[in-house]
Amino acid sequence: MNILSIKNLHATVDGKEILKGIDLEIGAGEIHAIMGPNGSGKSTLSYTLAGREGYEVTQGEVLYKGQDLLALLPEERAQAGIFLAFQYPVEIPGVPTVTFLKQAMNSVRKARGEKELDAFEFKKLMDARLKELNIVNDMVRRPLNAGFSGGEKKRMEVLQMALLAPTLAILDETDSGLDIDAMKVVAEGVNALRGADRSMLVITHYQRLLDYIVPDHVHVLAGGRIVRSGDKSLALELEEKGYADIATAAA
Amino acid sequence: MAIAQATIDSVGEATDKYKYGFVTEIEMDRAPRGLSEDTVRFISAKKGEPEWLLEWRLKAYRHWLTMTEPTWAKVGYPPIDYQDSYYYSAPKSDADRPKSLDEIDPKLLETYEKLGISLKEQEFLAGVRNVAIDAVFDSVSVATTFKDRLEKDGIIFCSISEAVKKHPELVKKYIGSVVPYSDNFFATLNSAVFTDGSFCYIPKGVRCPMELSTYFRINASETGQFERTLIIADEGSYVSYLEGCTAPQRDENQLHAAVVELIALDDAEIKYSTVQNWYPGDEEGKGGIYNFVTKRGVCEKRAKISWTQVETGSAITWKYPSCILKGDDSVGEFFSIAITNNRQQADTGTKMLHIGKNTRSRIIAKGISAGRSQSTYRGQVRINAMAQGARNYTQCDSLLIGDKCGAHTVPYIESKNRSARVEHEATTSKVSDDQLFYCRQRGIPQEDALTLIVNGFCREVLQELPMEFAVEAQKLVGISLEGSVG
Repeated sequence: MNILSIKNLHATVDGKEILKGIDLEIGAGEIHAIMGPNGSGKSTLSYTLAGREGYEVTQGEVLYKGQDLLALLPEERAQAGIFLAFQYPVEIPGVPTVTFLKQAMNSVRKARGEKELDAFEFKKLMDARLKELNIVNDMVRRPLNAGFSGGEKKRMEVLQMALLAPTLAILDETDSGLDIDAMKVVAEGVNALRGADRSMLVITHYQRLLDYIVPDHVHVLAGGRIVRSGDKSLALELEEKGYADIATAAA
Repeated sequence: MAIAQATIDSVGEATDKYKYGFVTEIEMDRAPRGLSEDTVRFISAKKGEPEWLLEWRLKAYRHWLTMTEPTWAKVGYPPIDYQDSYYYSAPKSDADRPKSLDEIDPKLLETYEKLGISLKEQEFLAGVRNVAIDAVFDSVSVATTFKDRLEKDGIIFCSISEAVKKHPELVKKYIGSVVPYSDNFFATLNSAVFTDGSFCYIPKGVRCPMELSTYFRINASETGQFERTLIIADEGSYVSYLEGCTAPQRDENQLHAAVVELIALDDAEIKYSTVQNWYPGDEEGKGGIYNFVTKRGVCEKRAKISWTQVETGSAITWKYPSCILKGDDSVGEFFSIAITNNRQQADTGTKMLHIGKNTRSRIIAKGISAGRSQSTYRGQVRINAMAQGARNYTQCDSLLIGDKCGAHTVPYIESKNRSARVEHEATTSKVSDDQLFYCRQRGIPQEDALTLIVNGFCREVLQELPMEFAVEAQKLVGISLEGSVG
């Protein structure tokens, strides 16, 4: 059974249809990349999967580990192991990052019937992850994402992913706004989290991220549909020919 | 951090809407319904007061008759019939007032247990929690803990009735010295009919070794509560004082008109914290406490007064804890969180009167409105002509939850000295869908997410509270906002 199975997914935002029949199967441990031009529906797909309000599914189904994903609240999806790394991580003034992380962690553990971590247990766990990801302690004491640089925000997303250990991670344009060095650091973090029991859906506009996070499968999204699928060489082909060619050729 | 977390964790446990809404069945001794000179005399006689205090009360009462209720606040409520209320209600007749905790009606103790204040435990586990408590039930103070320990340092902490008897010179000298009996409609009413409250005196140079705390509880129906608190910090002394309050859930509106006077003599510091959680009324605005409170402190040379308040309860809140910065180099601070939900209305803020040279004041006010509530910050900063080098900084932040509530900021700034510096900053924001979704995507349920975000918004003020109160206050934030999203 696949981790994620999307069948003929249609979704609207403000009454406008953005996704027009997506089909996608993601197996355990697989990394899929979705590439596409602006306005092709990339972010809509990630928000729809995460259950954001205002993204209305009009047709089709999404099964996550065989269960109807669309019936779940956003927090239930997160608790079930779906993680969305945001393109623009949100600032929450006055809430220390470490407070937020611990609450997120314990909310997930509680929902899964696991014992919640006390302050010491949590700190131990967090310190270990910080070390692995080379993140300085100072960052987690500051209010969540407030005044963080673009690179810091994305690393914070990776740290959260490391702590929450999702089954399916959706990375929404994780490379946007990053220079090449910052992107490398983030990609290293993501690669460290690859594993046989973790699938990833990497959404990106540019091929360059895929030099560092190498996918098993690449899909091209255009006009709300997947118009082509292939292996990692498809990304290189796109880089060479541009989206226009591929989208037209497929249509 | 540990506190913040512990608190946030426990927010989820608080499921009932107003968990203090119970009533204690207890034998009551009441004054006849209504207000007249006889009522004033009745109260004074019940308390066995000296002649001068009765005279003072009567002066206040006669003055009150000439006054009209103020209407400038942005709150609306049906006219209050002052003749339709009880002005004195005591758990037992004065004759057999408890002498020690052992004599207190077990039901009363139970009530305080429910409120999370275990008086007995207080006495036995001295030093563990290290908070001395004076508990005021309806009109009278029922118990004060840790008295012996405090007496060693010469600290007086007792009910104001007791102070009138044992320390009349102090009471006579200071009562009405900061809030005169003629001050305003509600303070004048209080001066006439105040029944009890806390009294505290810290001698010269003494740093009070523990937090002093009063818990106020309105229990009887149709009864107004008029407590009066007087705190005197003698030269170079320090005290941190906490005040908490709850009331049963009733359909009727109940009046609470308190007066608090603080006197900080040269080089003294008073930190006064309030967590106000009177019954706010139901979702439709039925019932709830009308909270009309006058709080004011005077600072002599280099003295400092800090007011910190977390206002989550009451149907109506009308309250402006103020500082008269009389002495040179004195400091006034006001940190406030006012949360309104459903049909609650709050009009609250502060007054900082700069009289002495180089006086400084700081105001941080956070208003959170949800449901159909209205929240107003009203503040006055006045710099007198002699207040050379005075400085004020004011920051007012409003947070809106939903689109049916309102937040208003009404600052009055008046400076008569050219060397003074006054700064005012105000912001209004909404809890964004982006923030809520982000938290939920990390597995945090919606209401917890809201509490987290609001606690973040209030953080600067919550940090000013003594530790134990901070925990309670953070929980309250969560409870007060229940049902405001989704």
